[in-house]
This record gives sequence, structure tokens and C-alpha cells, in this order.
Amino acid sequence: MSAPALTIREASQLLRAGDLSSAELTRAILERIHRLDPRIRAYLRVVPEEALAQAEAADAHLARWRREEGDPPPRLLGIPLAIKDILCTKGIPTTCGSRILENFVPPYDATAVERLKAQGAIILGKTNTDEFAMGSSTENSAYFTTRNPWDLSRVPGGSSGGSAAAVAADMALGALGSDTGGSVRQPAGLCGVVGLKPTYGRVSRWGLVAFASSLDQIGPIAKDVRDCAILLQAIAGHDPRDSTSVDAPVPDYLAALEGGVRGLRVGVPKEYFVEGVQAGVADAVRAALRVLEDLGATLVEVSLPHTEYALPAYYLIAPAEASANLARYDGVKYGLSVRESADVWDMIRQTRGRGFGPEVKRRIMLGTYALSAGYYDAYYLRAQKTRTLIRQDFDRAFQQVDVLACPVSPTVAFPIGERAEDPLQMYLSDVFTLACSLAGVCGISVPCGFADGLPVGLQIIGNVFDEPTVLRVAYAYEQATDWHTRKPKLDEEV
Amino acid sequence: MPLSLQQVEHIAELAKLALTDEEKERYRLQLSAILEYADMLQRLDLDGVPPMSHAVALTNITRPDEPAASSPRDEILANAPDHKDGLIRVRPILE
Repeated sequence: MSAPALTIREASQLLRAGDLSSAELTRAILERIHRLDPRIRAYLRVVPEEALAQAEAADAHLARWRREEGDPPPRLLGIPLAIKDILCTKGIPTTCGSRILENFVPPYDATAVERLKAQGAIILGKTNTDEFAMGSSTENSAYFTTRNPWDLSRVPGGSSGGSAAAVAADMALGALGSDTGGSVRQPAGLCGVVGLKPTYGRVSRWGLVAFASSLDQIGPIAKDVRDCAILLQAIAGHDPRDSTSVDAPVPDYLAALEGGVRGLRVGVPKEYFVEGVQAGVADAVRAALRVLEDLGATLVEVSLPHTEYALPAYYLIAPAEASANLARYDGVKYGLSVRESADVWDMIRQTRGRGFGPEVKRRIMLGTYALSAGYYDAYYLRAQKTRTLIRQDFDRAFQQVDVLACPVSPTVAFPIGERAEDPLQMYLSDVFTLACSLAGVCGISVPCGFADGLPVGLQIIGNVFDEPTVLRVAYAYEQATDWHTRKPKLDEEV
Repeated sequence: MPLSLQQVEHIAELAKLALTDEEKERYRLQLSAILEYADMLQRLDLDGVPPMSHAVALTNITRPDEPAASSPRDEILANAPDHKDGLIRVRPILE
């Protein structure tokens, strides 16, 4: 197998054994990016010199360890990864897919990035995203649209579409994304890779450029469930710089993988198996449920009665928070600043009017309206109360079952342009991931088959801080199937 | 009820967004459609339901009040559109 096709675990074993160097691995991936990314466009920026310098440092560390033995080196030492361009990276421009931050160079690393680097991981570059993570296809990136490696005429999903496409096309061994309403799980599902949204508070948001602060969570995207657990292990845990990161012990996620599903109760929420779900998607997910049953899990039909209200609640709460968070882009402290303006207020209006793209402006407008005098009670407050009911749905379900299993998205990857003109149609592609985000619980997407030749994702949702059970179920499913080993046919086309 | 042009202009001013006439009309129609969809929340009986602002119940996170180094000034100023003598320069806010 070629080096870029390795999993993190396989590469780590070869690196430790001295059968592969990090420099060789990194060079092979950079070469692959150079060859394939002009067609896929997963990366907004690649940093080859920095990556190779990090790889050489990792090789020196590995050589020293092989000479002197001692404790095994960190699992991510020498492993090349991609970072969504909404996480701050010291010295590497971080644009959030927006013109307003086109020239912004963060003076610090996000905590999650810092923790990857502390293990000796290699940062390959920054991946494309819908502007400020607002979107489900990367079509809202101010720079370009990323293409789905399985069909270049289709979207990779979003907003972490660049990260998912990079991992699916073997242009990174793993990646970080961020998930506010499905932005890790949905692109992972549409690209046939594994993506996890941790429980709110599990991973520090420090250095994650804010979209909707009560929902945003950084999550790993990987080629299989074990790699996903390795990445989560590296980034999880309390950080005093994010007061919403929870000070609770981090379990051993790798140890949690084993154990199987025998005796576990898997809830099947009936509201997620409804009209509007593409037949091939429903078939693949139902087949996956039967696999879990054959492995010894008990399927239990459950109801999350307020599911249909998640979409309207989310599209009031997230834009409301975004309208406040994005008030910081004023042309004064950093980012775009329109100089040819009448006065300071005109400068701010012009900067924001020109710097933000259509979807970001739409959400700022919507959020501002939902928070404005006279409409706050009817929209924002009502949405927050609805959020309580959605959380209670999950609380009740988790009294009956250990995890929930359902589709990630109602359809497979859709053609580029198909939903770009209709915001509501685009929002509907997140209809199965939003409730999990509003409730603050955790969820994973694992590949569970194909419909019309395109990947389908199985979503497994767990209770707060129950990533161990979610990973265990996902791993048991993955061990019993081989969907995660399928690769898009990219090399033949070159 | 669809939003009026005046409402759209009022929201844009609250949000300090310069919009073209074409954008105003497009957002008027799109926001009206989204808000009409969101009206389904009016169907729910929410009497006595507390609002949920956050997924984890945390209050009053504090840290010891000890001086510590902050980001170096020149690194912060490197991203500022306009600065002089170690300060970010802003246009006059009062006439």
C-alpha cells in the first residue's frame, strides 16, 4: 500500500519500527496533494516547508527513541494532518473561508492544534470551509468549492468539507473540523470517512474562530474509528483558556473500542426514518442496524418527538449567536478595512458589507432580527425554550437506550449548485445532525454503504460525555463491515 | 407576514452592514421565507419551559487574579489595518 493510504495507526507502527520515515510519508502526501488537489481543492493553503521541517524533527525524535528505548513516543509523532481553516494556526494564515480575514495571521495556535503539535503531529495545511463554517457544502467559501472525491461534480458536504475530502482522498492521514450543527458529521458521511462531534465542553474552543458559541465543538475526521479515537484522545480535556471546556477526566478512548455491542440497547428514533430520506440512504442505514443486531445489540424503537423543531430552533439560535460573535469584524483590529469611507461608521458598514459573503450576511441579518426589540420573545426566546424540549427528548431516550442510531443526512452528496440558490433547501441537509448539536450530546458518522455509488453515513449518537460507548458501537460495526476500506477511484483518472 | 424594506434597512443598520438595493430585496424575500418556516415554533406550548442557553450548566468560572504575560504587542499590531506608536489607529468617533 502507498504511504498516503495508511491509517494513523498503521503509519505510527511503521514510523516506530523505522520502516518508514515521517519525511518520506510527508513528502508522499505533499506529492499527492500536488497531483490531486488541483481537481479536488480541499486545501486553501498547503505549507510544505513547515511540514517537512516538522517531519524531520519527528524523525530525529523517533531515531533517538529507537536508540535509547524508554517510553513509547506519542502516537501522533510524525503523522501528517490537515486543519480546517477556522482553527487558528500560529504563523499560518487563517481565513475562515472569508475575504474579511484574507490576510489574517494568528499569533497563536488553537488549543486543539497546540495539543496535536505537542504530540509531534505534522500540519500539512489549512482546509476549505464554508465562510465562518456557515454552510453544508463548502459552496459558501469565499475562495472556491471543494469537490467530493467520489464524484467531482458533487459537493463534499460542509462546512468541514475540505477536511473530509482531504482525508477521503488520502491527502492527509486525519484532520480536524468543527461542528456547530453537523459540520463534521455531514461531510464525513458524504465523503465516506469517520467524523466525530464530541460532547459540548469536551474539547477546548480556544482558538476556534467563533460562529455560535453555545454549539461550536472541534471534532476529528479520520479514515477509521480507531484513528478517530486517537485524534480525540489528543485534543480532549479541560483548558483554562476556555471556561466552557469541562473539567472532567478524559477516558481512555482506545481501550473503550473493544468490548463489542452484545447487551447494548440501540435506540432507533422513528422521527429519523421518515419521508424525504432518499431510499438508498434509508436502506443502507437499516442494513447497518441489522448488522448491530446480529452482533448482539438490542434494537429499541424510540421517539424524539421534537425533532422537527430542531431546524427552526437552530436557524434562530445559531444566527443570533453569530450576529453577536461577528460584530468583532469592524475593520479596526484586524482583517479587511475599507479605507475610502466617509467616517468611522461608514468604514465599519463598508468593511462588513464587502468582507462578508451572502450566507454570512444573511445569517447576521436573521440573527439580528431574532434578537431585536419586539421580536426577541417571539423568536430567540421561543427557540431557546424549544431547545430545552429537544434536550429533554434525548434525556428521556438515554434512560431507555445506550446510544441512538440513524442516518447522518437525508441524501447522499448533492450536485454542486443544486441547492446554492435556496437557503432553506441547503439547511435541510443538516436536519438529522442539528438536534444532537442543540442538545450538546455527542455523535459520530461512520461509513455504512453506498447509494447511487456515493457514500452513506450511519450516525451514532451518545449521551453527554459518553464518547466511549459511541466509539465502541462504531468500532464494532466497522469491524463487521468493510465500507471504511473503500476508496474513491482517483489515481486512474490522472 | 413578509418583511418590509424599511425593516430590512433597520436590521442592516443594527448589524452595521452596507447592503446594495439588490441585496436588500433578496434578503427581504429570503428572510421572510425563513421566518415563515420558523413560525412553526409558535405551535408549541412553551408555557413554563425554561430557556436553554447552553448545553452544560456552568456558572461563574473564575481564575486566580494573578498577573501573567499577554500576547506580545508587535504580534497583535501586525494584524492591525492601521497603527502608530504602538497603538491601533481609529478614525474619529466624535466630530
